[in-house]
Amino acid sequence: MYSNLSNFSEGVDDSFVIIFGIIAFFLVALTAVLIYFLIRYREERNPVPTEIEGNVWLEIIWTVIPLGLVLGMFYYGWMAWIPMMQKAPEESIEIKTTAQMWSWKFEYENGKKTDTLYIPKGKPVELLLTSPDVLHSLYIPAFRVKRDVVPGRVTEMWFEANKVGSYDLFCAEYCGLQHSFMTTEVVVMTQEKYDEWYIDTTAAAKIMATPGAAGLQVLRDNGCIACHSLDGSKLVGPSYKGIMGHEVEVITNGKEKTVLVDAEYIKNSIYNPDADLVKGFTKGLMRSYKDELSDEEVEQIIVYLETLSDKEQ
Amino acid sequence: MISYEFIHKFSDVIFVGLFFVNNKLLKTMSNSSLPNYLEYKGKYKGIFAWIFSTDHKRIGLLYLYSIMGFFIVGAILGLLMKFELIAPGKTIMEAKSYNAVFTLHGITMIFLIVVPGIPAIFGNFFLPILIGAKDVFYPKLNLLSWWLYIIGAAVAISSQFMNGASPDTGWTFYAPYSFRTQSNVLPALIGAFILGFSSILTGLNFIVTMHRMRAPGMKWLKMPIFPWTLYGTAWIQLLATPVVGITLLMVVAERVLNIGFFDPALGGDPVLYQHLFWIYSHPAVYIMILPAMGIISEVIPTFARKAIFGYKAVVISTLLIAFVGYFVWGHHMFTAGMSGTSLFAFSFLTFLVAIPSAIKIFNWMATLYKGSILLRTPMYWAVSFLFVFMIGGLSGMVLGALSINVHLHDTAFVVSHFHFIVFGGVGFAFFAGIHYWFPKIYGKMYDAAWADTGWIVFFFGFLLLYTPMFYLGIAGMPRRYYDYVPEFHFANILSSFGAFIMIAGLAIIIINLFRSAKRGKKAESNPWAGKTLEWTIGSPPIVENFEEIPEIK
Repeated sequence: MYSNLSNFSEGVDDSFVIIFGIIAFFLVALTAVLIYFLIRYREERNPVPTEIEGNVWLEIIWTVIPLGLVLGMFYYGWMAWIPMMQKAPEESIEIKTTAQMWSWKFEYENGKKTDTLYIPKGKPVELLLTSPDVLHSLYIPAFRVKRDVVPGRVTEMWFEANKVGSYDLFCAEYCGLQHSFMTTEVVVMTQEKYDEWYIDTTAAAKIMATPGAAGLQVLRDNGCIACHSLDGSKLVGPSYKGIMGHEVEVITNGKEKTVLVDAEYIKNSIYNPDADLVKGFTKGLMRSYKDELSDEEVEQIIVYLETLSDKEQ
Repeated sequence: MISYEFIHKFSDVIFVGLFFVNNKLLKTMSNSSLPNYLEYKGKYKGIFAWIFSTDHKRIGLLYLYSIMGFFIVGAILGLLMKFELIAPGKTIMEAKSYNAVFTLHGITMIFLIVVPGIPAIFGNFFLPILIGAKDVFYPKLNLLSWWLYIIGAAVAISSQFMNGASPDTGWTFYAPYSFRTQSNVLPALIGAFILGFSSILTGLNFIVTMHRMRAPGMKWLKMPIFPWTLYGTAWIQLLATPVVGITLLMVVAERVLNIGFFDPALGGDPVLYQHLFWIYSHPAVYIMILPAMGIISEVIPTFARKAIFGYKAVVISTLLIAFVGYFVWGHHMFTAGMSGTSLFAFSFLTFLVAIPSAIKIFNWMATLYKGSILLRTPMYWAVSFLFVFMIGGLSGMVLGALSINVHLHDTAFVVSHFHFIVFGGVGFAFFAGIHYWFPKIYGKMYDAAWADTGWIVFFFGFLLLYTPMFYLGIAGMPRRYYDYVPEFHFANILSSFGAFIMIAGLAIIIINLFRSAKRGKKAESNPWAGKTLEWTIGSPPIVENFEEIPEIK
């Protein structure tokens, strides 16, 4: 079980091993006694039972000894948990984390946004967790950390990674249709690499040079592609592929009509998703992004969507 | 792709079939001086002689058939989940169906089966007999409870057939997702609300029955353990169930009238919902497990041929579990963001509640010491109960520890843990009970060789199904996952195979019992040389159990 990948993992694993050792001992010992009794006192070997009403001393012994043991287990579990509960150290890197149906969004102190969590090795990281929709839970099994993300609150968690590598990050609180796909990775880098990554905007600039790249980045950063595919496959929402310039059946105020997908329609669908709902998709699943996406970002998205339609033609 | 709508129609067929088989059974029953409860002819005929009967034994059987019907459905739903999880990606159904299937599996298993389960079936049938009474104190209320159960179940299940999607919230209905989803959550909630009343009324009925109807000479401390555990359970049913009733009403008010209790969009707090939900649902675990412990406390002494070791300790520990069980609900929410002090207290109390259960284990084992043990089917179930219950309880120690809980919360480890307790504990005790009391209920013996075969297959399948899930949880696989990363594949394959084996065992057990109820050899009135009152009367018992109320020396 020992992973030793974060500052907490050793404490957690220690208490696990201690508790597991105690319970494994009891399971084996009690099962052995049980089997012994079943053999030793079976009817053929012991035809006459001996009536025993009870024994106060025995009752006291098997109350007090387990009591001591469970208190010990409680203590170990609690001790290893104290550091998790404490406030993150002052020098922690703060990362604003948004969990939404069904993607993760990480915003760093310099405004950089990603859908994968990048952190340096050996430096405490504090995540400030919020959710715009329902409950989620950020879980990194390798680091032995988990924290619920509660809409309407900011919850905090912190940890420090010990080893370079990339590790699974899961959503552990059931959050609807795509819950099991709400996964990403934590990439742990050396401090130097992290610093390089952190200040490096050239990679982004290179992408920006191709048309629509900025729009794709906006879609990624906001988790749009968790529900809208880029390759034509049907997820929770309509696919982006070939959507621009096509006619779709929509439901407006309960009535069906056909509209041409243009810039105006896309913008309206981002700001008021349920106003003209594409037939065959569920109302109320998508929230309005009016407060989150600027007009400029919507423009960028539209540019990108146009490239998707061009490719198809 | 297998649709769960199909399963539900299938369940209706099973349900109606069970009644049909039972009516057939009646015609083959034996005669004694007074008509037994199966043959008795009252005001009504045919199926009405059952569904309008106030005889506690007939009501017990009504519950048995309804609960068994639902159980078969719930088990098939579980099997479908295991089919889906045998490989990553889509195997037999889409994520949407999977989410609906685990929700329905949970709602069915919890609200329709394990919560009412043992008290409703064996409590109704045997509580009056075990304390030397002719019936429960309020026979009509008892019948009403069954009707409420059926109505509640029907309303809950109607959510599957209405327009729109089946509920996909999980059985916990956590806010605010349960407000956001477009699926039919309301009928499921209203169904659960009605089922709650069935539970409350049964609890009330049992409490009054035990206070007022014990046979002359049966002092409190002469009551067998099974009634004692029903007594503890009844108080939890009476006091804790209203909390969930109120909570469900609040959710309904919030969904229909937009009053903000739990949804942050309306100014509510989702964590409040979790508190209210678990204030009921944790004690509900003890509603499930206490009567199961009661059955084990009857079976083990009978087959060890001696009285239970430390009767008083067992009674006291029963009441302690019922009491302390109220104060540990917070351990379901260790990662939800409660204060450190609350977490400390909840973890501490969680460890304490293990003690009375441990005391019971020790007393059961001490009962075997110097006994003269007869190994028959009910005893196999009871002994394997001890084993799986120990695993369930001890794995609870791991989860109660704060630091480890942070890692394991909401993973497959938790799922495995509560299946060891709820399915291993309650299920194994139920099967111990049905094989123990079957001759009394039907006046027939079952085929012991098939019953033992069913047990060993089921037991092996059960262990293979749930043990790998402990590993999966430790490795970090979250629960309610439709898809998973490749590292988790192998353990999932093992677990799915376990499910197939277990279901095969289950089929053997159920078919054997049905065949035996119809064609089994006639049973004696006391086939196991039991010492409690039910073995002093005929098999099957006469309508009002005793020609004369027995006096206890």
